[in-house]
Amino acid sequence: MQFDSFADFINMGGYAFYVWLAYGVSFASLATLIVLSMRQQGKVLTEIAKKIAREERLKESRSNKS
Amino acid sequence: MWKWLHPYADPERAYQLSDKLLPWFTFLAIAFIATGTVWGLAFAPTDYQQGDSYRIIFIHVPAASMSMAAYMGMATAAFIGLVWQIKAADWTAAAIAPIGAVVTFIALFTGASWGKPMWGTWWVWDARLTSELVLLFLYLGVIALYASFEDKVLAARAAGILAIVGVINIPIIKYSVEWWSSLHQPSTIRITEKSTMSTDMLYPLLINIFGFGLMIGALTLVRFKAEILARNAMRPWVREMALARGAK
Repeated sequence: MQFDSFADFINMGGYAFYVWLAYGVSFASLATLIVLSMRQQGKVLTEIAKKIAREERLKESRSNKS
Repeated sequence: MWKWLHPYADPERAYQLSDKLLPWFTFLAIAFIATGTVWGLAFAPTDYQQGDSYRIIFIHVPAASMSMAAYMGMATAAFIGLVWQIKAADWTAAAIAPIGAVVTFIALFTGASWGKPMWGTWWVWDARLTSELVLLFLYLGVIALYASFEDKVLAARAAGILAIVGVINIPIIKYSVEWWSSLHQPSTIRITEKSTMSTDMLYPLLINIFGFGLMIGALTLVRFKAEILARNAMRPWVREMALARGAK
Protein backbone atom coordinates (compact mmCIF):
# COMPACT_ATOMS: atom_id res chain seq x y z
CA MET A 1 0.00 0.00 0.00
CA GLN A 2 1.42 3.35 -1.04
CA PHE A 3 -0.77 5.42 1.24
CA ASP A 4 -0.63 5.72 5.02
CA SER A 5 -4.35 6.13 5.57
CA PHE A 6 -7.65 6.07 3.71
CA ALA A 7 -7.84 9.87 3.83
CA ASP A 8 -4.39 9.94 2.28
CA PHE A 9 -5.58 7.63 -0.46
CA ILE A 10 -8.59 9.83 -1.21
CA ASN A 11 -6.36 12.90 -1.25
CA MET A 12 -4.10 11.42 -3.99
CA GLY A 13 -1.16 13.59 -3.02
CA GLY A 14 -3.21 16.73 -3.65
CA TYR A 15 -4.43 15.63 -7.08
CA ALA A 16 -7.71 14.18 -5.76
CA PHE A 17 -9.96 16.27 -8.02
CA TYR A 18 -8.21 15.32 -11.28
CA VAL A 19 -7.63 11.66 -10.46
CA TRP A 20 -11.16 10.99 -9.20
CA LEU A 21 -12.69 13.06 -12.00
CA ALA A 22 -10.88 10.92 -14.56
CA TYR A 23 -11.80 7.64 -12.86
CA GLY A 24 -15.37 8.74 -12.11
CA VAL A 25 -16.22 9.85 -15.64
CA SER A 26 -14.55 6.76 -17.12
CA PHE A 27 -16.47 4.31 -15.01
CA ALA A 28 -19.73 6.23 -15.36
CA SER A 29 -19.47 6.21 -19.16
CA LEU A 30 -18.49 2.54 -19.19
CA ALA A 31 -21.41 1.69 -16.90
CA THR A 32 -23.80 3.53 -19.22
CA LEU A 33 -22.41 1.69 -22.25
CA ILE A 34 -22.66 -1.68 -20.50
CA VAL A 35 -26.26 -1.12 -19.36
CA LEU A 36 -27.37 0.12 -22.81
CA SER A 37 -25.61 -2.77 -24.55
CA MET A 38 -27.20 -5.34 -22.25
CA ARG A 39 -30.68 -3.90 -22.77
CA GLN A 40 -30.32 -3.93 -26.56
CA GLN A 41 -31.07 -7.64 -27.03
CA GLY A 42 -34.24 -7.50 -24.94
CA LYS A 43 -35.44 -4.49 -26.89
CA VAL A 44 -34.83 -6.23 -30.22
CA LEU A 45 -36.71 -9.35 -29.10
CA THR A 46 -39.66 -7.35 -27.74
CA GLU A 47 -39.82 -5.48 -31.05
CA ILE A 48 -39.88 -8.77 -32.99
CA ALA A 49 -42.52 -10.26 -30.67
CA LYS A 50 -44.71 -7.19 -31.25
CA LYS A 51 -44.32 -7.57 -34.99
CA ILE A 52 -45.32 -11.22 -34.83
CA ALA A 53 -48.39 -10.32 -32.76
CA ARG A 54 -49.34 -7.68 -35.33
CA GLU A 55 -49.02 -10.18 -38.18
CA GLU A 56 -51.21 -12.63 -36.27
CA ARG A 57 -53.91 -10.00 -35.77
CA LEU A 58 -53.81 -9.10 -39.47
CA LYS A 59 -54.15 -12.76 -40.41
CA GLU A 60 -57.12 -13.16 -38.08
CA SER A 61 -59.01 -10.11 -39.34
CA ARG A 62 -58.45 -11.27 -42.90
CA SER A 63 -59.86 -14.72 -42.23
CA ASN A 64 -62.82 -13.21 -40.38
CA LYS A 65 -63.85 -11.15 -43.41
CA SER A 66 -63.94 -14.03 -45.84
CA MET B 1 -7.33 -26.04 -42.95
CA TRP B 2 -9.42 -23.10 -41.83
CA LYS B 3 -12.62 -24.54 -43.25
CA TRP B 4 -14.02 -25.26 -39.78
CA LEU B 5 -14.40 -21.49 -39.36
CA HIS B 6 -16.83 -21.18 -42.21
CA PRO B 7 -20.00 -22.50 -40.50
CA TYR B 8 -19.66 -19.67 -37.96
CA ALA B 9 -20.66 -17.19 -40.65
CA ASP B 10 -24.13 -18.69 -40.22
CA PRO B 11 -26.08 -16.32 -37.93
CA GLU B 12 -27.42 -19.00 -35.61
CA ARG B 13 -24.00 -20.62 -35.13
CA ALA B 14 -22.41 -17.21 -34.62
CA TYR B 15 -25.04 -16.36 -32.02
CA GLN B 16 -24.49 -19.60 -30.12
CA LEU B 17 -20.71 -19.23 -30.21
CA SER B 18 -20.94 -15.64 -28.91
CA ASP B 19 -23.23 -16.82 -26.16
CA LYS B 20 -20.68 -19.43 -25.11
CA LEU B 21 -17.71 -17.06 -25.23
CA LEU B 22 -19.39 -14.16 -23.43
CA PRO B 23 -19.10 -15.39 -19.80
CA TRP B 24 -15.36 -16.03 -20.23
CA PHE B 25 -14.69 -12.60 -21.64
CA THR B 26 -16.84 -10.98 -18.96
CA PHE B 27 -15.19 -12.83 -16.10
CA LEU B 28 -11.64 -12.22 -17.33
CA ALA B 29 -12.33 -8.56 -18.12
CA ILE B 30 -13.69 -7.89 -14.62
CA ALA B 31 -10.82 -9.80 -12.99
CA PHE B 32 -8.14 -7.99 -15.01
CA ILE B 33 -9.58 -4.49 -14.69
CA ALA B 34 -10.26 -4.90 -10.95
CA THR B 35 -6.70 -6.14 -10.34
CA GLY B 36 -5.03 -3.53 -12.54
CA THR B 37 -7.06 -0.64 -11.17
CA VAL B 38 -6.66 -1.49 -7.48
CA TRP B 39 -2.95 -2.19 -7.99
CA GLY B 40 -2.48 1.02 -9.96
CA LEU B 41 -4.47 3.26 -7.63
CA ALA B 42 -3.27 1.99 -4.25
CA PHE B 43 -0.13 -0.12 -4.59
CA ALA B 44 1.95 1.23 -7.48
CA PRO B 45 4.66 3.64 -6.30
CA THR B 46 4.18 7.39 -6.54
CA ASP B 47 5.88 9.01 -9.53
CA TYR B 48 8.88 11.16 -8.57
CA GLN B 49 7.92 13.91 -11.02
CA GLN B 50 4.15 13.81 -11.33
CA GLY B 51 3.24 12.65 -7.84
CA ASP B 52 -0.05 10.77 -7.65
CA SER B 53 -1.60 12.51 -10.66
CA TYR B 54 0.12 9.97 -12.88
CA ARG B 55 -2.31 7.30 -11.58
CA ILE B 56 -4.67 8.46 -14.34
CA ILE B 57 -2.34 6.50 -16.66
CA PHE B 58 -3.96 3.22 -15.59
CA ILE B 59 -7.12 4.11 -17.52
CA HIS B 60 -5.76 6.68 -19.96
CA VAL B 61 -3.24 4.43 -21.73
CA PRO B 62 -5.48 1.33 -21.86
CA ALA B 63 -8.35 3.42 -23.23
CA ALA B 64 -6.15 5.19 -25.78
CA SER B 65 -4.35 2.10 -27.07
CA MET B 66 -7.53 0.03 -27.16
CA SER B 67 -9.41 2.83 -28.95
CA MET B 68 -6.97 2.32 -31.83
CA ALA B 69 -6.99 -1.48 -31.58
CA ALA B 70 -10.79 -1.51 -31.60
CA TYR B 71 -10.74 0.72 -34.67
CA MET B 72 -8.46 -1.72 -36.47
CA GLY B 73 -10.79 -4.54 -35.46
CA MET B 74 -13.79 -2.64 -36.76
CA ALA B 75 -12.06 -1.72 -40.02
CA THR B 76 -10.90 -5.32 -40.55
CA ALA B 77 -14.44 -6.58 -40.02
CA ALA B 78 -15.78 -3.91 -42.39
CA PHE B 79 -13.20 -4.93 -45.00
CA ILE B 80 -14.17 -8.60 -44.75
CA GLY B 81 -17.82 -7.60 -45.02
CA LEU B 82 -17.20 -5.47 -48.11
CA VAL B 83 -14.94 -7.90 -49.97
CA TRP B 84 -16.40 -11.31 -49.12
CA GLN B 85 -19.95 -10.12 -48.37
CA ILE B 86 -20.01 -11.89 -45.04
CA LYS B 87 -22.87 -10.26 -43.20
CA ALA B 88 -21.67 -11.38 -39.76
CA ALA B 89 -18.54 -9.28 -40.37
CA ASP B 90 -20.69 -6.21 -41.09
CA TRP B 91 -22.61 -6.79 -37.87
CA THR B 92 -19.35 -7.11 -35.95
CA ALA B 93 -18.21 -3.74 -37.27
CA ALA B 94 -21.56 -2.21 -36.31
CA ALA B 95 -21.23 -3.73 -32.84
CA ILE B 96 -17.72 -2.36 -32.25
CA ALA B 97 -18.36 1.25 -33.34
CA PRO B 98 -20.26 2.54 -30.25
CA ILE B 99 -17.83 0.76 -27.91
CA GLY B 100 -14.87 2.32 -29.69
CA ALA B 101 -16.51 5.73 -29.46
CA VAL B 102 -16.96 5.47 -25.68
CA VAL B 103 -13.39 4.19 -25.19
CA THR B 104 -12.03 7.05 -27.32
CA PHE B 105 -14.06 9.52 -25.28
CA ILE B 106 -12.54 8.07 -22.11
CA ALA B 107 -9.03 8.41 -23.55
CA LEU B 108 -9.69 12.06 -24.39
CA PHE B 109 -11.38 12.88 -21.10
CA THR B 110 -8.80 11.25 -18.86
CA GLY B 111 -6.11 12.91 -20.96
CA ALA B 112 -7.67 16.31 -20.34
CA SER B 113 -8.01 15.61 -16.64
CA TRP B 114 -4.34 14.66 -16.55
CA GLY B 115 -3.24 17.53 -18.78
CA LYS B 116 -4.76 20.19 -16.54
CA PRO B 117 -2.54 19.53 -13.47
CA MET B 118 0.58 18.56 -15.49
CA TRP B 119 0.53 20.87 -18.52
CA GLY B 120 -1.67 23.59 -17.07
CA THR B 121 -4.34 23.16 -19.73
CA TRP B 122 -7.24 20.81 -20.41
CA TRP B 123 -6.71 20.84 -24.13
CA VAL B 124 -4.21 21.88 -26.80
CA TRP B 125 -4.65 21.55 -30.56
CA ASP B 126 -1.56 19.51 -31.10
CA ALA B 127 -1.09 16.46 -33.29
CA ARG B 128 -1.69 13.68 -30.75
CA LEU B 129 -4.79 15.19 -29.18
CA THR B 130 -6.31 16.38 -32.44
CA SER B 131 -5.81 13.08 -34.24
CA GLU B 132 -7.39 11.21 -31.31
CA LEU B 133 -10.34 13.63 -31.51
CA VAL B 134 -10.59 12.83 -35.24
CA LEU B 135 -10.77 9.15 -34.23
CA LEU B 136 -13.81 9.94 -32.08
CA PHE B 137 -15.45 11.69 -35.04
CA LEU B 138 -14.67 8.72 -37.28
CA TYR B 139 -16.41 6.40 -34.83
CA LEU B 140 -19.39 8.77 -34.64
CA GLY B 141 -19.46 8.96 -38.44
CA VAL B 142 -19.57 5.17 -38.72
CA ILE B 143 -22.36 4.97 -36.13
CA ALA B 144 -24.36 7.73 -37.85
CA LEU B 145 -23.94 6.23 -41.34
CA TYR B 146 -24.96 2.77 -40.17
CA ALA B 147 -28.02 4.26 -38.47
CA SER B 148 -29.13 6.40 -41.41
CA PHE B 149 -30.14 3.65 -43.83
CA GLU B 150 -33.20 1.46 -43.36
CA ASP B 151 -31.53 -1.12 -45.64
CA LYS B 152 -28.75 -2.44 -43.41
CA VAL B 153 -26.80 -4.08 -46.26
CA LEU B 154 -26.45 -0.67 -47.85
CA ALA B 155 -25.82 0.93 -44.45
CA ALA B 156 -22.99 -1.50 -43.71
CA ARG B 157 -21.41 -0.77 -47.08
CA ALA B 158 -21.47 3.00 -46.54
CA ALA B 159 -20.24 2.77 -42.95
CA GLY B 160 -17.63 0.18 -43.96
CA ILE B 161 -16.09 2.42 -46.58
CA LEU B 162 -15.78 5.25 -44.06
CA ALA B 163 -14.25 2.86 -41.51
CA ILE B 164 -11.66 1.63 -44.02
CA VAL B 165 -10.72 5.10 -45.25
CA GLY B 166 -10.38 6.20 -41.62
CA VAL B 167 -7.60 3.66 -41.01
CA ILE B 168 -5.20 6.32 -42.33
CA ASN B 169 -5.71 8.12 -39.02
CA ILE B 170 -4.32 5.25 -36.93
CA PRO B 171 -0.60 5.57 -37.87
CA ILE B 172 -1.02 9.33 -37.60
CA ILE B 173 -2.14 8.96 -33.97
CA LYS B 174 0.54 6.38 -33.23
CA TYR B 175 3.48 8.36 -34.63
CA SER B 176 2.18 11.89 -34.00
CA VAL B 177 4.41 12.26 -30.94
CA GLU B 178 7.47 11.40 -33.01
CA TRP B 179 6.65 13.29 -36.21
CA TRP B 180 5.62 16.58 -34.62
CA SER B 181 6.64 18.31 -31.46
CA SER B 182 3.88 17.82 -28.95
CA LEU B 183 3.04 18.45 -25.33
CA HIS B 184 2.19 14.77 -25.18
CA GLN B 185 5.00 12.51 -24.03
CA PRO B 186 6.21 9.67 -26.29
CA SER B 187 5.23 6.13 -25.38
CA THR B 188 6.95 4.45 -22.45
CA ILE B 189 5.92 0.90 -23.26
CA ARG B 190 8.26 -0.70 -25.80
CA ILE B 191 7.51 -3.99 -27.44
CA THR B 192 10.94 -4.76 -28.86
CA GLU B 193 13.18 -3.18 -26.22
CA LYS B 194 13.01 -2.61 -22.50
CA SER B 195 10.14 -0.32 -21.48
CA THR B 196 11.19 2.99 -19.96
CA MET B 197 9.00 2.50 -16.96
CA SER B 198 9.44 0.87 -13.58
CA THR B 199 7.98 -2.65 -13.53
CA ASP B 200 5.77 -2.03 -10.49
CA MET B 201 4.02 0.63 -12.59
CA LEU B 202 4.24 -1.33 -15.83
CA TYR B 203 2.54 -4.52 -14.61
CA PRO B 204 -0.73 -2.95 -13.44
CA LEU B 205 -0.74 -0.91 -16.65
CA LEU B 206 -0.33 -3.99 -18.84
CA ILE B 207 -3.00 -5.82 -16.82
CA ASN B 208 -5.44 -2.96 -17.42
CA ILE B 209 -4.58 -2.82 -21.13
CA PHE B 210 -5.47 -6.53 -21.42
CA GLY B 211 -8.52 -5.92 -19.25
CA PHE B 212 -9.76 -3.15 -21.54
CA GLY B 213 -9.20 -5.41 -24.56
CA LEU B 214 -11.21 -8.19 -22.92
CA MET B 215 -13.95 -5.75 -21.91
CA ILE B 216 -14.22 -4.47 -25.48
CA GLY B 217 -14.40 -8.12 -26.56
CA ALA B 218 -17.20 -8.87 -24.09
CA LEU B 219 -19.20 -5.77 -25.07
CA THR B 220 -18.70 -6.56 -28.75
CA LEU B 221 -20.19 -10.02 -28.15
CA VAL B 222 -23.18 -8.52 -26.32
CA ARG B 223 -23.89 -6.03 -29.11
CA PHE B 224 -23.08 -8.54 -31.85
CA LYS B 225 -25.71 -10.92 -30.45
CA ALA B 226 -28.36 -8.19 -30.44
CA GLU B 227 -27.34 -7.18 -33.98
CA ILE B 228 -27.69 -10.78 -35.20
CA LEU B 229 -31.21 -10.98 -33.78
CA ALA B 230 -32.22 -7.60 -35.24
CA ARG B 231 -30.97 -8.53 -38.72
CA ASN B 232 -32.53 -12.00 -38.69
CA ALA B 233 -35.98 -11.13 -37.37
CA MET B 234 -37.66 -13.32 -39.99
CA ARG B 235 -35.74 -16.51 -39.16
CA PRO B 236 -37.71 -19.15 -37.25
CA TRP B 237 -35.11 -19.54 -34.49
CA VAL B 238 -35.20 -15.79 -33.78
CA ARG B 239 -39.01 -15.71 -33.83
CA GLU B 240 -39.05 -18.56 -31.35
CA MET B 241 -36.75 -16.61 -29.03
CA ALA B 242 -38.92 -13.51 -29.40
CA LEU B 243 -42.11 -15.43 -28.61
CA ALA B 244 -40.48 -17.13 -25.61
CA ARG B 245 -39.58 -13.69 -24.31
CA GLY B 246 -42.97 -12.20 -25.12
CA ALA B 247 -44.67 -14.96 -23.14
CA LYS B 248 -42.82 -13.94 -19.97
